[in-house]
Amino acid sequence: MTTPASLPDIDYAGVAPVLIILGAACIGVLLEAFVPRSQRWAVQVVLSLLAIVVAAIALGAYLYTGPQNTSTFAGSIALDRPALFLWGTLLALGLGSILLIADRVVEPGGAFVAQAGIRPGTMLDKEQANRSSMQTEVFPLALFSLAGMMIFCSANDLLSMFVALEVLSLPLYLMCGLARRRRLLSQEAAVKYFLLGAFASAFFLYGVALLYGYANSVKLADIANAAGGTNRSDALLFLGMGLLLIGLLFKGSVGPFHTWTPDVYQGAPTPMTAFMGACTKVAAFGAILRVLMVAFGSTHWEWQTIMWVVAGISMLLGAILGITQTDVKRMIAYSSVAHAGFLLVGVLALDGSGIRATLFYLISYGFTTIAAFGVVSLVRDGTGESTSLSSWAGLGKRSPLLAGIFTFLLLALAGIPLTSGFVSKFVVFAAGMSAGITPLVVLGLIASTIAAFFYLRVIVLMYFSEPAADGPTVTLPGMYTTAAITLGTLVTLLLGVYPSFMLDWAGTGGFVV
Amino acid sequence: MIQSSSQHSWLLIALLLIPLAGSLIVALLRDQRAAKFTAFGISLVEFALAACMWGSFHGDGARIQMAFSVPWIPDFDINIAFGIDGIAMVMVLMIAVLSPIVIGGSWTEKLAEGRSHSGFFSLLLLMEALTIGVFATTDVFVFYVLFEIMLIPMYFLIGRFGGNNRQYAAVKFFLYSFLGGLLMLGGAIGAYVYAESATGQGTFDWMKLTSIVSHAPLHVQVWIFLGFFAAFAIKAPLVPLHTWLPDATREAPVAAGVMLVGVLDKVGVFGFLRYSIPLTPEASKTLAPLVLTLAVIGVLYGSLLAAGQSDMKRFIAYVSVAHFGFIALGVFAFTQQSGVGSVTYMVNHSISTGMFLIVIGMLAARGKSARIADYGGLAKVTPLLAGAFFIAGLTTLSLPGTNSFISEFLVLLGAYPSQPAFTIFAAVGMVLAALYVLWLYQRVFTGEVRGDALVGLSGGPGAAMRPDVGARKGFGDLGIRERWVLAPLLVLVIGLGFYPQPLLDKVGPAVADTLSSVGVQGK
Repeated sequence: MTTPASLPDIDYAGVAPVLIILGAACIGVLLEAFVPRSQRWAVQVVLSLLAIVVAAIALGAYLYTGPQNTSTFAGSIALDRPALFLWGTLLALGLGSILLIADRVVEPGGAFVAQAGIRPGTMLDKEQANRSSMQTEVFPLALFSLAGMMIFCSANDLLSMFVALEVLSLPLYLMCGLARRRRLLSQEAAVKYFLLGAFASAFFLYGVALLYGYANSVKLADIANAAGGTNRSDALLFLGMGLLLIGLLFKGSVGPFHTWTPDVYQGAPTPMTAFMGACTKVAAFGAILRVLMVAFGSTHWEWQTIMWVVAGISMLLGAILGITQTDVKRMIAYSSVAHAGFLLVGVLALDGSGIRATLFYLISYGFTTIAAFGVVSLVRDGTGESTSLSSWAGLGKRSPLLAGIFTFLLLALAGIPLTSGFVSKFVVFAAGMSAGITPLVVLGLIASTIAAFFYLRVIVLMYFSEPAADGPTVTLPGMYTTAAITLGTLVTLLLGVYPSFMLDWAGTGGFVV
Repeated sequence: MIQSSSQHSWLLIALLLIPLAGSLIVALLRDQRAAKFTAFGISLVEFALAACMWGSFHGDGARIQMAFSVPWIPDFDINIAFGIDGIAMVMVLMIAVLSPIVIGGSWTEKLAEGRSHSGFFSLLLLMEALTIGVFATTDVFVFYVLFEIMLIPMYFLIGRFGGNNRQYAAVKFFLYSFLGGLLMLGGAIGAYVYAESATGQGTFDWMKLTSIVSHAPLHVQVWIFLGFFAAFAIKAPLVPLHTWLPDATREAPVAAGVMLVGVLDKVGVFGFLRYSIPLTPEASKTLAPLVLTLAVIGVLYGSLLAAGQSDMKRFIAYVSVAHFGFIALGVFAFTQQSGVGSVTYMVNHSISTGMFLIVIGMLAARGKSARIADYGGLAKVTPLLAGAFFIAGLTTLSLPGTNSFISEFLVLLGAYPSQPAFTIFAAVGMVLAALYVLWLYQRVFTGEVRGDALVGLSGGPGAAMRPDVGARKGFGDLGIRERWVLAPLLVLVIGLGFYPQPLLDKVGPAVADTLSSVGVQGK
């Protein structure tokens, strides 16, 4: 006998932020069809920013009035404190990214082309590069992706998580290929990201299938229950978990699953790189944190050694390969691989202080990344952004303010005290050490020193070298980029000097089961 | 909000904030003359405050005086807490003495194009504020924060204002110290985590932390000790972690070099006394032979390499390595006499090495070179400079009657009963010191006038050379400003050489307190 399908209870107030973003994205698509081309950009910018602000208000209202630690959609979407914190983080970082995307002053017409299908190098392509039209569908695409990320890190069952993974990924693949300059690199990035991402999704799905075979359910809590004290095949559980994690670690660009990161970061339009570097990282690590703690927390003795090794590899790979880079965007990409390793230390603490540390790390790293890519987008020569490190020589002399801000952001990435980067490293390492993974923490400290070398090298270039004669110029940023850089820099400073309030927010509760 | 323990806390607050504010003001001043005078004025005010602090510090009073604290990150019980004991107090005073001298000393420093004195002096004042903070803080976390932050002004001082190979030296300096600092952070987190597991509430408060962690089992203490040791051994520096120092000292401008060997490096030994020994007494005792071995190797190796240097600034760096060996020997011999000797040695080393480096800087400014082979027979050309150089040399080799003698004597005297073998080896260093100092003086100042830097000054080899000829060719003797820069140092060299008692009285109780944690009774 089958039970009739019934609609589960939905906590509309709780999921309102996601619904608002998704709704705004749908409206954005409609606007593309009905609003005249000349007005689309302005309408889309207003709509996107408004949607994010309204979603944030809805989130705030729910935090104050709503129940704590519930889930909705029959337990598929968790509304626990970490999920809501991650939503807030994603909305704030999304706001910064939309500001960068919206800028049309730095690159006349914006960083995105109107027609990605035109073959690079042709006459049409050259003509398009100089036209100041842009693909305004970028805005709804970014909103879709943002909503996918929000669902991704609050999904409490693996199927919802998979759907969210695709919702967040597909727009990203597309937007990577839209860079106005260096079209070939951009298209290469899009193809690479798409193909590797598709593989990673396949791994994820295989993992889900095996885990379903093991636990007879895709709910994280059921998997945890099934793993506790049964005589089912462990092979199925750990094979499934391994495949699932490969998919997740790929998204979080954790080494050795990071190979897409440098190419995609370099080729994608810089605002999109900022979006990926900040928001995708948050979503992926939110999901990793939830999956490891909720579904596999009870069996952590069996797998944690392997994850320690992964974290160690990620730190060292990122730090060492970062040294050899000659391109700013690739350098930050490798630095993000190293940071992914540090983040895993917090995740692998597998306790409340680990959650707090990871959440704090994510928000502070995200803001620093957005501001850093904002600065990268301003250093330009005749052919667009000048991301080659050698052309940054002497920047401190030509534009002291910008060089000062970038120095501060680099010091934050290196983890120097009085920046948010230091506090996040500190809380992550403290959580790791109290959970007893001291060797990994020591490795992290050494990797931090190695990574500091390439951040320092940029500072050396900017301040201690003479400017190149035909070096790039620094474009005066428009209102939007200025706002994004200011926001990121101020948060980096604030969380470095006065981190307690954010630590309190991040540490208010654990995952709902 | 602010909790303070005494009515004199404001002195410490002012000592911390005035150079910080001064650094900002000086950085914003466009008029170079005004910037110079403001910086100098602020450093003098700071000195006056430090003198008041010396006056109101009670040698036999509480362990930590003039304390105050403000909560910073309550989640980890981190407070912005400051307070001084006798050791910290003399260090702070020493910084306040050296700052006006180095600012005066680099008044006419020739800076590269595009660099300004306001930037230079602003960084120096920032260094002053941060180093005072490092010595005065009583929170282990804040100590780490300041320990790392103070690298940044020094990094820019070397990298922007230094010699030809400054980029390499600046990065090397930064990375070495940063690595040490991070390992210390690991040790500090370890101590926090141990306190949390032992009492349920972690803390970074120095007092509370030492009382908890000092009872930890030996293997925990050893790991924490090694974390802190990495930072302090690099900073001090002990052989074989010293290689950044000669590069940094050579490339740094003289003022930064004095702050580097005179102040920054002292943080290493200070850290042994303030953190390593009280936090992890058992590990300190167990691992003392390791430190002592490195210290004695440092004394001998530093002395031999100093004798072999061809560059005077690198010479000073190796001399410092040798002296830090003596200081570490005194600390880890664990006797009251040797401990007091080491602390006063820290002060005296700053004075004597600072003076030596400033004199070398004056010489290098004339000859545009710090290579020893570029000079010769200078005593005939610049007799006053030669005299100053000679006195700086004598205090560096610890001649009786100069300030360093009493310290070195106390270290050896105190260390001999507990560590005779190490002490005997270290004593060889005294002989080597006489060798390298006198040989250097002989090569630079005696004999005929010679050397590339002096080409064209005399009429050829053997030609009579008079001071007025040198002055006409831009190689004159000490000017008025230079005499005023060296005068206070000279007074300190002679004064502390004959009457060191006030210094000994102030540091004695703090050393006794430190050593009581390893079971040594002071007098």
